[in-house]
Amino acid sequence: MMSQIPSSSAADTVDTVDTIATDGFQLHEEDRRAILEERGRYEQPRAACIEALKIVQRRHGWVPDGAIVAIAETLGVGAGEVEGVATFYSLIFRQPVGRHVILVCDSSACFLTGFEALSAALSRRLGIHFGQTTADGRFTLLPVCCLGACDRGPAMVIDEDTFGPIAADVLEELLEAYP
Amino acid sequence: MNAIPRDSRLRYRCQLRQGAEERRADTHPLTWRLREDGARVGFEEYREKEGYRGAAYTLERCTPDEVIDTMKRANVRGRGGGGFSAGVKWSLTLVGDQLPRGYLLCNADEMEPGTFKDRLLLEQQPHLLIEGMIIAGYANRSRYGYIFLRGEYVEAARSLALALEEAREAGWLGESVNGSGFDFDIALHTGAGRYICGEETALINSLEGKRANPRTKPPFPGQSGAWGKPTVVNNVETLCNAPGVMQHGAEWYQGLSDGLSEDGGTKLYGVSGLVERPGLWELPIGTRGREILERAGGMREGHTLKTWLPGGGSTGFLLPEHLELPLDFDTVGDHGSRLGTGLLTVVSERQSIVALLRNLEQFFARESCGWCTPCRDGLSWVVKLLQALERGEGEPGDIELLEQHATDLGPGQTFCAHAPGAAMPLESAIRHFRADFEAGIVHSVLEGGS
Repeated sequence: MMSQIPSSSAADTVDTVDTIATDGFQLHEEDRRAILEERGRYEQPRAACIEALKIVQRRHGWVPDGAIVAIAETLGVGAGEVEGVATFYSLIFRQPVGRHVILVCDSSACFLTGFEALSAALSRRLGIHFGQTTADGRFTLLPVCCLGACDRGPAMVIDEDTFGPIAADVLEELLEAYP
Repeated sequence: MNAIPRDSRLRYRCQLRQGAEERRADTHPLTWRLREDGARVGFEEYREKEGYRGAAYTLERCTPDEVIDTMKRANVRGRGGGGFSAGVKWSLTLVGDQLPRGYLLCNADEMEPGTFKDRLLLEQQPHLLIEGMIIAGYANRSRYGYIFLRGEYVEAARSLALALEEAREAGWLGESVNGSGFDFDIALHTGAGRYICGEETALINSLEGKRANPRTKPPFPGQSGAWGKPTVVNNVETLCNAPGVMQHGAEWYQGLSDGLSEDGGTKLYGVSGLVERPGLWELPIGTRGREILERAGGMREGHTLKTWLPGGGSTGFLLPEHLELPLDFDTVGDHGSRLGTGLLTVVSERQSIVALLRNLEQFFARESCGWCTPCRDGLSWVVKLLQALERGEGEPGDIELLEQHATDLGPGQTFCAHAPGAAMPLESAIRHFRADFEAGIVHSVLEGGS
């Protein structure tokens, strides 16, 4: 569909590479194909590395060490470069996270409308602070930049769903929906 | 898997506060097509509502230079917050027979604290953006467009993906757009977090799959941007203004703000904070802050207005008396702040200004990309000083130290506008509310006895 985007890649692809194994990490064949397809959307293969990290993360929940090498080899770029990118972006997780990731907006509009009460309630209810995962592996709690939901703060995201405004009495109902 | 229904009241849904009766084609070019139910305006509906007429006129009747000239005369100023004339920016893009055609990048990385306007356009009216990008792509001789969308805007991603497919099927993207001979296509690129991606050269690095550090200018993106090719970066709302300008002309567009501002057109203004009805409105650019706050129903019961930010976290604090000013780029700039994104964050008398500023500076410190020392180290230092003041443990000299930072982080000291953006609320908060900062300082016995 995006074949018109100039791609340096289609011809130079090492299409013979089988599933790459690194540190016991197996790049799923479906993911490898998706990454190669992404690569075709840009002028240079490296541009696909952020999307590649997201593809791996969608399957595994996070990006293990072996995936960095596998992505680097798939795109033909240095593993150090991929790691540099992986550690820069806040939505790429380089350590295991819970089954559900909660992103709480901590920017000014939510700060004025109840972020502190909401984050305290979440911490109490889950028994964790920002940057931590519950012992049962269910939730990870993270802060996030302004979610663009300022007219209905305080706001937060669970996985891919945005909620707001979140009053203390609906928190339980929300969390229950993410087993 | 998900037990929260799509129509649950708990889910965030962005909505314009203005009803359909107020929004007309000749006065509300950005929003008149929006549906009352907030659903996405699809291709057919967009076409029925005069959609793609600006692009059709552009491709059939105008040279690229004529488009640029029209945009200049309309005085469309950058709605991402910079306020730079879109037409002038486009005129600086390198073009020539010996040069490759480059890229048009739409900055849809909306993350400015307090800003929720592009989300509305992206989710509910993606074809207006696509039409604007076709016009901008044509004017800049761009070969491809990318929409750089923040990763958390999942609904917008769905909406844009559908719209791009519809536009391509209808011949508005791809080879020879609408039979004009102009080849242009657009791809959606979603990000993975980090506010700094909204800085235009950092955005280019991020698109190229690198860490989002800004680049030195010059060369400017128009000379050498994505993959070394001439590149134009425009905000969503800026691009959404192009179809109306091209359909109705520069004079009509200028007339939308007639009597209120030298700037042309309308603006998506909004209000957040402790007001009765936070929300978003399309109003002539140059509308007074007072009117916007009144549309939001004023402060919530029990609260009075202490201060406000006119357009995001990187704009300076203004006082209640400044509500009488027309909110356009030059006027707000003349009063020690910036229009920024035009979405007001209002602050109650009951809110500690030191705590709010600490929150803002924590944001900027965390989001610093780390490339320049003043930004990377200075902002963390500012946060520590503010935290001490907040606890009542500040030391004499701390306020002066904060003021020094506001200067040292200002324009020209760093690669990009991130640190100068952080310096604006810092400088203005101390200027307006010095006593609030002084109250956080521990006064020594010696000082008291002297």
